[in-house]
Amino acid sequence: MMVPMSISLDEVRHVARLARLELDDAELMTFQGELNALLGHFEDIQSIDTAGLDPKPHAVALKNVWALDVPGKTLQREDALRNAPASKAGLFIVPTIIEE
Amino acid sequence: MVCQLTATELADKLRKREVSVREALDECLARIRRVDPDYSAFLHVSEEAAIVEAASAQKLIDDGEGGPLTGVPLAVKDNMCTSGLPTTCSSKILEGFVPPYDATAIAQARSAGLVIVGKTNLDEFAMGTSTENSAFFPTRNPWNPDLSPGGSSGGSAVAVAAEMTQLSLGSDTGGSIRQPASLCGIVGFKPTYGRVSRYGLIAFGSSLDQIGPFARTVEDAALMSSVLSGHDPLDSTSQKDSQIDVTGLKKGSLKGLKVALPKEFHSDSIEPGVREALDFAIDALKKEGVEFTEVSLPSIKLGVTTYYIIAPAEASSNLARFDGVRYGPRVEAGTDHIGMVSATRGRLFGHEVKLRIMVGTYALSAGYYDAYYHRAQQVRRLMADEFERTFKDFDLVMGPTSPCVAFPLDSEDLDQMALKLMDYCTIPANMGGFPSISIPCGLSNGLPVGMLLNGPVNGDERLLQTAHAIERALPHGHKRPPMP
Repeated sequence: MMVPMSISLDEVRHVARLARLELDDAELMTFQGELNALLGHFEDIQSIDTAGLDPKPHAVALKNVWALDVPGKTLQREDALRNAPASKAGLFIVPTIIEE
Repeated sequence: MVCQLTATELADKLRKREVSVREALDECLARIRRVDPDYSAFLHVSEEAAIVEAASAQKLIDDGEGGPLTGVPLAVKDNMCTSGLPTTCSSKILEGFVPPYDATAIAQARSAGLVIVGKTNLDEFAMGTSTENSAFFPTRNPWNPDLSPGGSSGGSAVAVAAEMTQLSLGSDTGGSIRQPASLCGIVGFKPTYGRVSRYGLIAFGSSLDQIGPFARTVEDAALMSSVLSGHDPLDSTSQKDSQIDVTGLKKGSLKGLKVALPKEFHSDSIEPGVREALDFAIDALKKEGVEFTEVSLPSIKLGVTTYYIIAPAEASSNLARFDGVRYGPRVEAGTDHIGMVSATRGRLFGHEVKLRIMVGTYALSAGYYDAYYHRAQQVRRLMADEFERTFKDFDLVMGPTSPCVAFPLDSEDLDQMALKLMDYCTIPANMGGFPSISIPCGLSNGLPVGMLLNGPVNGDERLLQTAHAIERALPHGHKRPPMP
């Protein structure tokens, strides 16, 4: 498949939105330049014949790692909440997601 | 003077009651207070907790229940969760985070009686090769404070090189233990993937990350690895029977040892002084009966590209958990949830971290997955296969750890891409999962040069044994930095 020679500012904005990163216009332009430089370096693997090569997703492959379905030791609720920027009544507090 | 002893020597004195654990700790803390203002290795020194741990370690020794490293001070890279001690990953997004649990490696170090004295500086989320990407401050190299100690585990490397601790822990995703070990003139070991649990190591590239030790000798590094290793049901990538057995450490022999020298490691980008130091060491090893053969492993040249697709792809997924909800500060912005999450991440992650999240998100996004991530994983297979074949005919694959010696902080000659390209010797071990160790082999212009030794997957014991024998045969091994 063809890979793009360069990435547009709109694409950078789209990727930032997917990644949940708020970036101002100056940052978007900086990242556009840096991403294009990196993508340029990535071209060396596009010319490699990879036909028939199994992707290697892990360093040392393991198969079928099972765990017994039994209750174990877990964090206490107050310990789990201790680092939260906002919590109330034993719950994490977040801004409104769905309006009533 | 306790600080200059190796961990093995100190543990021996502790066992013989020539020094108490508290005395050793006090000397270590005094040294940190005296020299760390010059080097900035530590983000946090945990004096009070260490005093409590020292008392427990002393009790283990007094009861005759101590192990080979009981009572020895330990510094920990600040991307491993330490119950009750701050853990920041050198990022503003985790400022103030105090984990409610220990990483498995930390729990094992504590139960072996090591005394945790503090958390060390790193490139934010372990993304970098100079420790300059820390959100707080850069760490300085004890060989020359104007130079970088390397990275990303720069703080842990400096803690050991500047004799603040005998041992420290780092993590290695593309060379982050071995490269700073090389630049600081000490030993750094990345075990086989799955031999040390990653539970509680804040994930960067999950298929590449591995915890390992820094030490001043191979023996110390081996003993620490033995403490860290072992199967952990809390990490589903942990191998069964993964304890590293160091009982045969001193039985290695160099006679007839077959070593492959990939010509791709000796490319034009290697500094002449590094090349000279390595060649000098190779000549010394030839006299001991080591047989060297030049080989070609062409995939080494594709390592940096493959790494800078796979590691950011995994990072973009792993770092999604930092959303201003469960830990770290929150940036209040707008009224909706996505606005808060995006503002928190946009303002609290540093530039390099955001860049890698962007690269990874792009490489995994619809339309580009096959061209980048899928293809990078195929090239990863190619690299792993090439090394695996080589290990059938050779005991070791050797090269320089870093193509250069320590470089200036704030270097204008080194942009982020130049820093990334420095990793080409260390990346293959993360791609293939095999064990890899850097040991000091000489100086170039008065700065340390590291020799990289790679062995086959799960050949950790043999690799450490061989590295121990090589360390003893090298005429210019570990040296002290010129420091107070």
